[in-house]
Amino acid sequence: MDSGWRLFLRTIVARAYPRVIGQMRQRSWLFFETLLPFVAVTAYVYVYRAMDASQDFIGFAVMGGAMTAFWLNVIWSMSAQMYWEKDNGNLALYIMAPNSMMAILLGMALGGMVSTSLRAAVILIFGIWIFHIHFAVSSFSQLFAVFLLTMSSLYGLGMLSASLFLLYGRDVWQINAMMQEPIYLVSGFYFPEKNFGMAISLAASIIPMTLGMDAMRQLMFASGPAIGFLPVRTEIIGLVILSMVFVTAAKYWLDKVERLAILEGTLTDRRK
Amino acid sequence: MLKMFRSTFIPAAWLGWQVESNWAHPIVFFLFSALKPISGVMILVFMFRAVSHVSTSSPLYAYIYVGNALYIYVAATVAGVSYSILDDRERYRSLKYLYIAPVSVPVYMFGRAVARFATSTLAVAITLAAGRLFFNVPIHPTHVDWPMFVAALLLGLLCLAAIGIILGSWTLTIRSEPHMLGEAVAAAMYLFSGAIFPITLLPVSLQPIGYLMPMTYWLELMRRALLGANVAGFPTLLSYSNSELFGVLAALTGSFGVMAWIAFRFFDRMARDRGMIDAQSNF
Repeated sequence: MDSGWRLFLRTIVARAYPRVIGQMRQRSWLFFETLLPFVAVTAYVYVYRAMDASQDFIGFAVMGGAMTAFWLNVIWSMSAQMYWEKDNGNLALYIMAPNSMMAILLGMALGGMVSTSLRAAVILIFGIWIFHIHFAVSSFSQLFAVFLLTMSSLYGLGMLSASLFLLYGRDVWQINAMMQEPIYLVSGFYFPEKNFGMAISLAASIIPMTLGMDAMRQLMFASGPAIGFLPVRTEIIGLVILSMVFVTAAKYWLDKVERLAILEGTLTDRRK
Repeated sequence: MLKMFRSTFIPAAWLGWQVESNWAHPIVFFLFSALKPISGVMILVFMFRAVSHVSTSSPLYAYIYVGNALYIYVAATVAGVSYSILDDRERYRSLKYLYIAPVSVPVYMFGRAVARFATSTLAVAITLAAGRLFFNVPIHPTHVDWPMFVAALLLGLLCLAAIGIILGSWTLTIRSEPHMLGEAVAAAMYLFSGAIFPITLLPVSLQPIGYLMPMTYWLELMRRALLGANVAGFPTLLSYSNSELFGVLAALTGSFGVMAWIAFRFFDRMARDRGMIDAQSNF
């Protein structure tokens, strides 16, 4: 039987597999998970058009819409996943199996990242095609680094919240729903973060999307450098720190919650 | 009829209220009710601020704010019945017991729709009050046409409940991603009903979709009741008088009511044939 790092890696692959392959088997996501965010994006595009906003603002709306796919994936398929697993009775099986829960979370994150990238790409391509978005990328290498760091810190946050969500019961649906529009707002999904002023923008930077999207807007649009609230290099450093903090905290909390639940016997209690 | 209504509608509405409110922690429920809709509308406020040449005194600003606030009702009620069916069938696994109980399932769905509408009222009220107090939205309680507001609100409730029942009935037959149905319809209505921008901005080929939606007329009536002459900045339905708007909305509500009844009979039979009443899709 595999053990140690080999088991850890196999667990990651095993948990990532259904996330990637599952969507190929059930293609209804193409309609629901790309069309629905795209409809929201289209509404915001028309609001900007009603205001006679510049074409860059329409680009911000489309980019924000594409990035919502990642945020929704993190809150519904990462944060709430352990709670759903508990609800379905699978959590006990995860715990009984001889693998690491951390590897399961990493697998969920990796699979979610890959599958969601496809969804985000579809939204972005449709947006560029229909609304004639023009990009003026100033540095492809920085853009690539920002995207990767945003993903790693974002899914690190997802792993942390997945552990914490085990503590919540029926409130989980409401909590998740609360983490949509308020986060779209404070992280500046559809408009430049700078509009909030420095203090609120810095506070909102605890959500990796804030720094990531601000940096991406600066790197992708002609008006970008004028609307960033921090220099791109500073935002890259911020994202590196967030990635390390979230993954470490996820490990700490997962261990703590598991210990607590074993002591109280509540980890697989579906009534909570 | 009245007895059946009393024995089904009232418990359904009460159950819906309990599921929506009491089962969540009160603080979570309050934040859920207030934070989410206010954030949704604040996204639009900040989009306005980002495009610096547009003033908040523009009629477009009030149009967008009020439309978005009222749309909370649409999203909650239309998608809500569909979610309720899913919750009952898959989460609480109680739908099969409802079917064998001496209750009317469409009336039950109507009760759940009304509960969704009622819980949304808190969010709508908070959002509109925040607009008046903090975001410079020209709603003056003394200038609001309250009789028109209440009449339009009740007609809208009936219409939304009818649409909700259609979607809830359809949800009975869906196995793959059933939770997305209500969201998809609510999203389409958001785009086409002129909730946050005048439908005349849409491509000409898509505008007829907006004119066929009851919510287009409902939102116009509600805006007129709340904002009065400020709404006149947008000529989409300017040629319609208030009574004409009520007439169109009443006709569409009646049509959707009939469609809801037909849809329930059709989808209910299909769901029974396919064994979907107690199905588990693990969505």
